[in-house]
Amino acid sequence: MNLSIQPDLSGKAASFREFDVEKIRSDFPVLHREVNGSPLVYLDNGASSQKPRRVIDRMTRYYEHEHANIHRGVHHLSQRATDAYEQVREASCNYLNAASSREILFTRGTTESINLVACSWGRHFLKEGDEIIISTMEHHSNIVPWQMICEERGAKLKVIPISKAGELDMEAFQNLLNERTRLVSVVHVSNALGTINPVKEIIKLAHQYDALVLLDGAQALPHMKVDMRALDVDFYAFSAHKMLGPTGLGILYGKESLLDSMPPYQGGGEMIERVTFEKTTYNELPFKFEAGTPNIADTIAFGAALEYYDEFDQSELIAHEQDLLDYTSQRLSQVDGVEFVGTAGNKAGVMSFNLKDVHPFDVGTILDQMGIAVRTGHHCTQPLMDFYGIVGTVRASFAFYNNQTDVDALIGGVEKASAILL
Amino acid sequence: MSSSIDEIQDQIIAEFQLFDQWIEKYEYIIELGKNLSGLDDRYMRDENLVPGCQSRVWLHAELKSGKAVYVADSDAIITKGIIALLIRVLSEQPPESVHDAELYFIDRIGLKNHLSSTRSNGLVSMINKMRTVARELAEAD
Repeated sequence: MNLSIQPDLSGKAASFREFDVEKIRSDFPVLHREVNGSPLVYLDNGASSQKPRRVIDRMTRYYEHEHANIHRGVHHLSQRATDAYEQVREASCNYLNAASSREILFTRGTTESINLVACSWGRHFLKEGDEIIISTMEHHSNIVPWQMICEERGAKLKVIPISKAGELDMEAFQNLLNERTRLVSVVHVSNALGTINPVKEIIKLAHQYDALVLLDGAQALPHMKVDMRALDVDFYAFSAHKMLGPTGLGILYGKESLLDSMPPYQGGGEMIERVTFEKTTYNELPFKFEAGTPNIADTIAFGAALEYYDEFDQSELIAHEQDLLDYTSQRLSQVDGVEFVGTAGNKAGVMSFNLKDVHPFDVGTILDQMGIAVRTGHHCTQPLMDFYGIVGTVRASFAFYNNQTDVDALIGGVEKASAILL
Repeated sequence: MSSSIDEIQDQIIAEFQLFDQWIEKYEYIIELGKNLSGLDDRYMRDENLVPGCQSRVWLHAELKSGKAVYVADSDAIITKGIIALLIRVLSEQPPESVHDAELYFIDRIGLKNHLSSTRSNGLVSMINKMRTVARELAEAD
């Protein structure tokens, strides 16, 4: 492994692995397979990323040598598994620069993280006439939980409009904010458009009205490091499987004082301090929110994913992905019939487009025949598709292990689709 | 006498054997889609909509001279091309034959993946609906 010495932000010397995309690709076993007789071109990272060998190995090693239920057993294996599991909570805390590992809750994914806040915080604190603000570009998982809790509590859901380019109308947002606003829940990076929203400004403005801010970071963390304390965000939700980790694991970051004030979300084992038939007292953070046996193996394997990210200078990963996006945009714009959906100035990881008058499903079918994996459809953002007056888009979404060959294959595929379908 | 469902399936399998390349096959399916006359506006109603996440399918059926007659449409051209094949196989057949038909041609012409649940393109629901409607037509007859 080539190591270069680079200074990190703290001024200390840190060693980073050299950014060499071909060497990186060799760490991902699935990238070397064929699909429909062609080498796999995996551009569906927004849906789920692929896994490096060490994440897969870590999970296997856990099941082969370390498995036991955690937090309860006095025996060796249980203690070892508990240590490994809780180390990932510490590692996640460090990765996010949270103030304490008590602020890191393990969930099933971003969707459950948002539902946890909606159910626990929402049911406890929302009153009739209160308002929650979301945006036009939200994933259904950041719309429906709020609709449900607003209906239950008699609160109102307000929606920030966006421009045709796919950027939040910040002036309209400021006009929506008022003393009744309790929470602003917006996406950090749009899954359908790739827009990076001005979250720092959103948080600052919301806090002026004492409103909390939840960020859906599912599409952000795979492309950038996010500092919870620097952002001063109240809740941050994301999924492990979109950032090299296993499926079935999500994280909810929440400020400790907030999480402390919230009642448990589910009842069961693990989350209790003492149970009697008359009264049950609850465990402390973070266990109060983690009823039942957790997802031990996936959590431990996610630790290997975080270690993998930390080997690199993140600015090099970001720069590489931006180069790929720019190159894709420039090449795609030359293909007959291509219409871009979402042209914000500040984007990460996603290129959404359509062929004029062609259903995205048809384009996706042709690309699949050529071994090119993209996502087609409404991307669980139907209100956003309605805003654009389209049924869906073709979405190519990138990870740092994608290379120019992937983009060239995509362009070749779209050219072929254009020739057949137009 | 008109061909049976299995005779038509065998004809389609033979036709598709002429294609060496996937692209020829898809060009043919797209051509079939383009040539399938769409549904009249009067049939493009929500009750004729077959649920599907990716592409939408509309299906209308009626009984004519003891045969089940289907007309259908889709907003995606490849789906529409496959619909054209399904109509060729199942339309103007006795409803009980439609209901009992084993549709082996889809697999044999290499389009089985279009019927997987992840495709969510409405085709599986469409076939199910064609069968259900056939039974209803037979019972109403």
